Amino acid sequence: MISLRFIPVWRRNFLVWRKLAVPSLLGNLADPMIYMLGLGYGLGDMLPEVGGVHYVAFLAAGTVCASTMNSATFEAMYSAFSRMHMQKTWEAIMTAPLDLEDVVLAELVWAASKSFLAGLAILLVIWFLGLSESWLSLWVLGVIPLIGLCFAALALIMTALAPSYDFFMYYFTLAVTPMTMLCGVFFPTDRLPQAFQTVAGVLPLSHATQLVRPLLLGALPESIALHLAVLAAYAACGAGVAFVLLRRRLSS
Amino acid sequence: MASILSVRDLRKSYSEHEVVSGVSLVVERGQCFGLLGPNGAGKTTTLRLCLGLTEPDAGSIELAGEPVPARAREARIRVGVVPQMDNLDPDFTASENLLVYGRYFGLKEADIRARIPQLLEFAELTGRGESRIQTLSGGMKRRLTLARSLINDPDIIFMDEPTTGLDPQARHLIWERLKRLLAQGKTILLTTHFMDEAERLCHRLAIMDRGRIIAEGSPRELIEQHIEPEVVEVYGEGVAEWGVHAARDSASRVEQSGETVFCYATDARPVLARLETERGLRYLHRPANLEDVFMKLTGRELRD
Repeated sequence: MISLRFIPVWRRNFLVWRKLAVPSLLGNLADPMIYMLGLGYGLGDMLPEVGGVHYVAFLAAGTVCASTMNSATFEAMYSAFSRMHMQKTWEAIMTAPLDLEDVVLAELVWAASKSFLAGLAILLVIWFLGLSESWLSLWVLGVIPLIGLCFAALALIMTALAPSYDFFMYYFTLAVTPMTMLCGVFFPTDRLPQAFQTVAGVLPLSHATQLVRPLLLGALPESIALHLAVLAAYAACGAGVAFVLLRRRLSS
Repeated sequence: MASILSVRDLRKSYSEHEVVSGVSLVVERGQCFGLLGPNGAGKTTTLRLCLGLTEPDAGSIELAGEPVPARAREARIRVGVVPQMDNLDPDFTASENLLVYGRYFGLKEADIRARIPQLLEFAELTGRGESRIQTLSGGMKRRLTLARSLINDPDIIFMDEPTTGLDPQARHLIWERLKRLLAQGKTILLTTHFMDEAERLCHRLAIMDRGRIIAEGSPRELIEQHIEPEVVEVYGEGVAEWGVHAARDSASRVEQSGETVFCYATDARPVLARLETERGLRYLHRPANLEDVFMKLTGRELRD
């Protein structure tokens, strides 16, 4: 059952983050920004328009989505694993009157919160540089938390299965990196062979970029409901599977 | 309602292995109840089952008036827990650890903050509120964990090996604090494999082995019921040989463990008389204690 009991756990994570905010912000922001500006202007100036706009404007939406995904994924894997496995923070929380439901919900909302910050930072740079001048781009603020929740839930499944930190490399190499290439972050998906396009169609990151890119460029996305539903479905199913796996892991 | 915890026919298996095989126990309010047993006896699993952290396969549990696991969360509002391994938040100071933990109970911020100085004082950590966890010694961390378990002013405190890994000074301080809590009317359920700890603190003890409770009673009762009142420990050159012959004639029961022979007797004088003539042997004559009971009931072989 969903309850507000997760809030004290979220506040615990927030208090830790506040102490380490500067390096954390730097890592969250500087890295994707350098890629976006470096590739966007450096590579973009040698390219004709991509998707009807200058490459940096095209890449902007991809960077928002990828940065949100990466931030949520890192938090729900490495940091959650530390709290669960290394520091036994979850164990301490669950001897108080809180249950695994509360802990899992707190982890998901917390990872989504952090990824919101990561996405927001890129968005601010995009607005500042005038890469998006449409009021529609404000809607991206609403989409980012959903992207965050979706990838946090998927990452938490990995956390439930992980014997050690090394395990997360598989997920990055076999899921996150290919997804970044297939799902319209760096180039339009329609450049890919048909088979890859079909695969990309079921991956959550595609639905994220298909929502965010039009909004940043000032157009209403096509099939909004479908994209939102796919992201929400990944979030809900991922959370459910993660919960069942974590309960099994922690009760043995 | 005098009992705060009652457990009946509790069972729990992991894959094929039954870790808890039909445990029943009752803890009265205000009592210190000790669960003793070798490693792997099922003590920690029993505690986790009582707290509702693990689902039992069979049996019933009532903790602080609530059925567990059905209403374990509600029961834990009245419970404090000191886990076997400290799980304090390493990123926080001592005070922050208490504050953050108090929030998990839904306590008001102002109430928690008002309670922190008392708790730090109880833990002999006055002045260390702003210290980071990494800068605290093992004993300090244990005391802070104890203080943390009191943040909700619990009726019963669960302690899983509260003094394992501490030096004698630190252990004595913990014992003194636990006695203070008992004097305040709190109930304590602890696991330990230190017999002196059990003998000193516990009103009632249950000895667990292989998932079952094999003996129960006050420390005194257990000694009276299960063991001869006098013990002579014999060591030295040729003790094994002596143990086989002379000891068996003079003591009612003889056990050998490594280089020591334990002679148990209602009257130890015949054993001592035999030892008079043995130049190479040294010995210690003492009253029987809980460790003798424990060793008799659980055996002397090593458990891992």
